[in-house]
Amino acid sequence: MALTAVEKIISNRVGHDVTPGEIVVCPVDLVMAQDGNAPLAIKLLTEELGGERTFDPDGVVLVIDHCGPSPNDGASNLQKMMRGFARDYGARLFDIGSGISHVVLPEQGLALPGTLVVGSDSHSVAYGAVNCFGTGMGSTDIAVAMLTGKVWMRVPETYRIVLRGELGSGATPKDLVLELIRRVGVDGATYMCLEFAGDGLASLSMDARLTVCSMAIEMGAKTALMPADAAVAAYLAERGLPPGEPVEADADARYGKEIELDLGEVRPMVVLPHDLTRIVPADSVDIPVQQAFLGTCTNSRLEDLRAAARTVEGHSIHPDVRFIVTPGSRQVYLDAMREGLIDILMTAGAVITPPGCGPCVGTHLGVPADGETVISTANRNFQGRMGNRLASIVLGSPETVAASALRGRVSAKEQL
Amino acid sequence: MTGRAGDEKTGRVHHFGANVNTDDIIAGKYKHRTIDLDELKAHVMENVRPSFATDVRPGDFLVAGPNFGCGSSREQAPALLRHVGLTAVVAPSFARIFFRNAVNIGLRLIEVPTTGLSEGDRLEFLPGKRLLRAIGKQWSVVTPPEPPELTELIAAGGLLAYVKAGGFR
Repeated sequence: MALTAVEKIISNRVGHDVTPGEIVVCPVDLVMAQDGNAPLAIKLLTEELGGERTFDPDGVVLVIDHCGPSPNDGASNLQKMMRGFARDYGARLFDIGSGISHVVLPEQGLALPGTLVVGSDSHSVAYGAVNCFGTGMGSTDIAVAMLTGKVWMRVPETYRIVLRGELGSGATPKDLVLELIRRVGVDGATYMCLEFAGDGLASLSMDARLTVCSMAIEMGAKTALMPADAAVAAYLAERGLPPGEPVEADADARYGKEIELDLGEVRPMVVLPHDLTRIVPADSVDIPVQQAFLGTCTNSRLEDLRAAARTVEGHSIHPDVRFIVTPGSRQVYLDAMREGLIDILMTAGAVITPPGCGPCVGTHLGVPADGETVISTANRNFQGRMGNRLASIVLGSPETVAASALRGRVSAKEQL
Repeated sequence: MTGRAGDEKTGRVHHFGANVNTDDIIAGKYKHRTIDLDELKAHVMENVRPSFATDVRPGDFLVAGPNFGCGSSREQAPALLRHVGLTAVVAPSFARIFFRNAVNIGLRLIEVPTTGLSEGDRLEFLPGKRLLRAIGKQWSVVTPPEPPELTELIAAGGLLAYVKAGGFR
């Protein structure tokens, strides 16, 4: 039977060829839980399920990224609970400062080609960039997965996204995925796997692919998968990581839909408040901003920091704007320092925060005031997302965020 | 999610639009401080309707547009809606993670078109007849059956109970 890539990954684990719509109990390779949802999962595992150890201490990863360093006593106590659990029940812990789970796991070889990773975070779909089936689940699923190594799941149908050509000057990987969301819709891929293909992939770096896959959830997708091509092999080899077991779809695999996107048509885009239904050209709006934020699992990797640094180099940010930069991981932070990017960003007036999720999820490190607008590289602009329901969030690329920080208004880089 | 005759429930409609996300249901700034649902309850739906937490009564229905529960994987969202005593969330479609979280924890979701319902309507749910209807208004739907593969999990009362009873081993 001809199978798509995601069908192969599930079939390899359940021992028979699966078909879309089938509900299976599936073994997983790795379970990740972040501090927003791990504490509840730990409580359920230890108190409700009476678990005494995890299914595999190497197969359970805890990441403290949503509140690091802790902004309040409540979060501190939940983090203490995670540290105790990692020690006593068996799990690998990435403590504060390590970085955002979705940046850290690929870097550390914990999301490898052909593997299945479930995370207590909806943006676990990012791992698709390294040909890893990543998907987000809630604390009950994660508790059961930490204990048994298994989850129930509905085998997704697959949409094939064919990328053609190359991005033109001024267009970025973030703009690409925003254009895709504009076409597919915020629930246009609910329950689906988005499998990427086409000659356009070759021009996309690993950082670019992680940006694209991270936002598959904003179309409702269960997961996204890209092929393990030469770029993936090079990414793993450069870091001394194992090659995994890459999967590719059979040539005659069946897809629910095929969507072709010519990268040459992509233009700088922004998303207007308060959801992802209003995606418009960046130069079509003129909105004053009081805060600019570069970070998150979508845009906090080295190339994102480079793009922002190139945009602001030799300039100063607008006097009415606060520019907050959050490197995605300790490694990204170190690399950016060694390259001089942190120097350029700080000289222009940016504030650098510790690696983590903070500003994006409204926990700390950049909560906007009433009536303010933030231009952000995040993946969500929901009302109240950054911690104040009376503020507005506009989403864009690192270039757009940096350009907006300079001009004090939502702006594409070309408008500088 | 299944019910028997005699389980009829009535309650008021709290009406919301399309794409209600899990940040709308419970903001990240609260749920990172505590996992205690009693503490979080005061902030349910705060981002989009601060009055909801004090208005909602056990038995009420949350009625919304498509793609309900999109966004993050936070299970506190369906857990809080269950905790305040909603009979069900009624919407034409649900986001994937919210749907599975609801199945896992035993929050009833009724996936049907909601056009014609508005704030303050009263609904009656008759699980034995799989019927949802408005009181004093021409509006009724037959509720869809649950996925057959999930019957055991749902009948057990959710994933924890299912696993405790030996599931997944």
